[in-house]
Amino acid sequence: MKLTAFISAAILATASATAHAQTPIKIGFVATLSGTQGVLGQDQYDAFMMVVERNGGKLGGVPVQVIKEDDQLKPDLGVQIIQKFAEKEKTPIITGVTFSNVMMAMSKPLAESGAIFVGTNAGPAPLAGPACNQNFFFTSWQNDMQAEVMGKYATDQGYKRVYGMAPNYQAGKDFVAGFKRFFKGEVVDEVYTTLNQPDYSAEISQIAAKKPDAVYVFYPGGMGVNFIKQYKQAGLLGKIPLVSTSTADGATLPALKETALGVVSGTFWGPDFDNPASKTFVAEFEKKFNRIPSQYAAQSYDAALLLDSAIAKVKGNVNDKAAFRAAVRKADFKSVRGPFTFNNNGFPIQNMYAFVVAKDARGRVNLKTIAQPITAQRDSYADKCPIK
Amino acid sequence: MSIELLIVQLLNGLQYGVLLFLLAAGLTLVFGIMNFVNLAHGSLYMMGAYFAAWAYNNPIFGIQGSFILAAIVGIGGSIILGIVVERLVLFTLYERDHLDQVLATFGLILVFNEVARFIWGPSSYYMEVPEKLSGSINLLGIDYPAYRFMIIGVGLLVALGMFLLIQKTRIGMLIRAGASNATMVGALGINIKLLNTLLFGLGTGLAGVAGLMAGPILSVQPGMGEPILIVTLVVIVTGGIGSIRGAFFAALIVGVIDTIGRVFLPILLTTMVEKSLAQAAGPATASMLIYLLMAVVLAFKPQGLFPVKHG
Repeated sequence: MKLTAFISAAILATASATAHAQTPIKIGFVATLSGTQGVLGQDQYDAFMMVVERNGGKLGGVPVQVIKEDDQLKPDLGVQIIQKFAEKEKTPIITGVTFSNVMMAMSKPLAESGAIFVGTNAGPAPLAGPACNQNFFFTSWQNDMQAEVMGKYATDQGYKRVYGMAPNYQAGKDFVAGFKRFFKGEVVDEVYTTLNQPDYSAEISQIAAKKPDAVYVFYPGGMGVNFIKQYKQAGLLGKIPLVSTSTADGATLPALKETALGVVSGTFWGPDFDNPASKTFVAEFEKKFNRIPSQYAAQSYDAALLLDSAIAKVKGNVNDKAAFRAAVRKADFKSVRGPFTFNNNGFPIQNMYAFVVAKDARGRVNLKTIAQPITAQRDSYADKCPIK
Repeated sequence: MSIELLIVQLLNGLQYGVLLFLLAAGLTLVFGIMNFVNLAHGSLYMMGAYFAAWAYNNPIFGIQGSFILAAIVGIGGSIILGIVVERLVLFTLYERDHLDQVLATFGLILVFNEVARFIWGPSSYYMEVPEKLSGSINLLGIDYPAYRFMIIGVGLLVALGMFLLIQKTRIGMLIRAGASNATMVGALGINIKLLNTLLFGLGTGLAGVAGLMAGPILSVQPGMGEPILIVTLVVIVTGGIGSIRGAFFAALIVGVIDTIGRVFLPILLTTMVEKSLAQAAGPATASMLIYLLMAVVLAFKPQGLFPVKHG
């Protein structure tokens, strides 16, 4: 009896010891992977895993296990996934998230879980302002930044009268508002169309009649494909400049190809960036997946590099929350965008750029950097965040 | 608001209307004559668009990027697909009640969306307008896309063709007879099963034409059939179920009202209420207009604008 107890204790001890040595750090990855917008989530996942696989399944020298979940663009499902990560899997790190509405629904259970969260796309205003959280970090942007850079660009170009268009929902209004915050001229009209409206011929005819200096639009995904096709067919592309956010990007360009040539878009990074980190990323991604990486891939790639640096700093001891949080906040990694630091609210302080859709050196339709309207931008909500 | 702009917007409405007619014609035939509710009609429109876009993007017999070839594959593909689906799945449902038909064809929508996603991926599929029609035509000082003129032309030609087919040919006579009393037509020695299959193929072929026409102007993606299916149902109910003439006029009315409403309602509202409120309420109200139209029509003419007499 005594002997049996001893042996089983010994077995248990060895078993747990080996288990301890090999237990990987669990990372919960959640994004919108299915549906029309699933392209974004897929790019987020592919780029993140590219880093993990390159490092032989490790981040910061420690084995990691990535648990992948699809929120299907449903906020309630997103909440369930976070609860599963927190209660069943007990993941100390959670990353991903594609859409702002899902992000907002998740934010409460995410905060309660105590996990370190690295968001790689959605950056809704409340989480940058009053509802900011010390465990939340973003390697993407605060939503408004991508609209603000286009507002600044339009001002720099000397446009006086701009026509604004977006779908009739919260994000659509936020983007037009962000554009107006940095645009010095007059917004001659704001038109909000029904969400997922397929045909814009009527609205485009109105634009043609108003003859503005430029048009600003926010039409993500399939809506952007529709709008740009129809804008071009109406003979307006090249005649009235089209500046946009999330409309001509890695998700829509494969469906638009030459049709989108000349459309201007604003964000933090483009595939032609001339720095070693970006060049490595683009070359590796294109070799592995045979497609041009989108900004969504770049955001998630940076998140993997960020976690790699932070896990190494705490030598894999991610359960020491304070130390790990401090290590993440240091952002001691080479971002594909160049300079990168975290603001008090966990959002990046970064340069914002303007791009135009053009043929690249290999004759592919791609984004080309044309201007850097804003340097070291802090988002407009950081002041309202109580964390100092 | 200038008169030129009004004319352009009427053209936009007309173009939307003929696209709706292409879908409504097939749906109303199947619904009215075979007494069968086919919610998967929008999916066949989507598949037509995908077939056309696929033929446009891939070399077939060494030809790539030909719109004519895309048309043949798109329309032919949707006719074949329609007939296969009818023979395999739908014909067993003719005797069932409408709820069973709705459930089964709704299931087909999900299947088709997943198939499209599986084969062509979740993001939009590329298709461009043919080179010759990629420009725009200057009309009274406003540019109007040449391709959209073609859609209007094709739609009107199909409407004429349908009229001749139904009114002037033997097949058309049988279709009309089948609508009045299918059992009697069968008793007279006509193969009503074959007639139904032909009718269904004709309907899905028209959906394929709509898909082909829409491919270059809209984003070809899974689920593209559902929003337009709902409007198509509004059209056939407003026009009178089973009536091609009803479908034609109702499609044009719905197309024009929707377009004009979307443009002018926000402007009209701006004169009455605060601008920001008008900008938000305008599109919301405009999208309700066609449903209001349907409600008003049904209140006064419960059988629709052009009711079909059943024997």
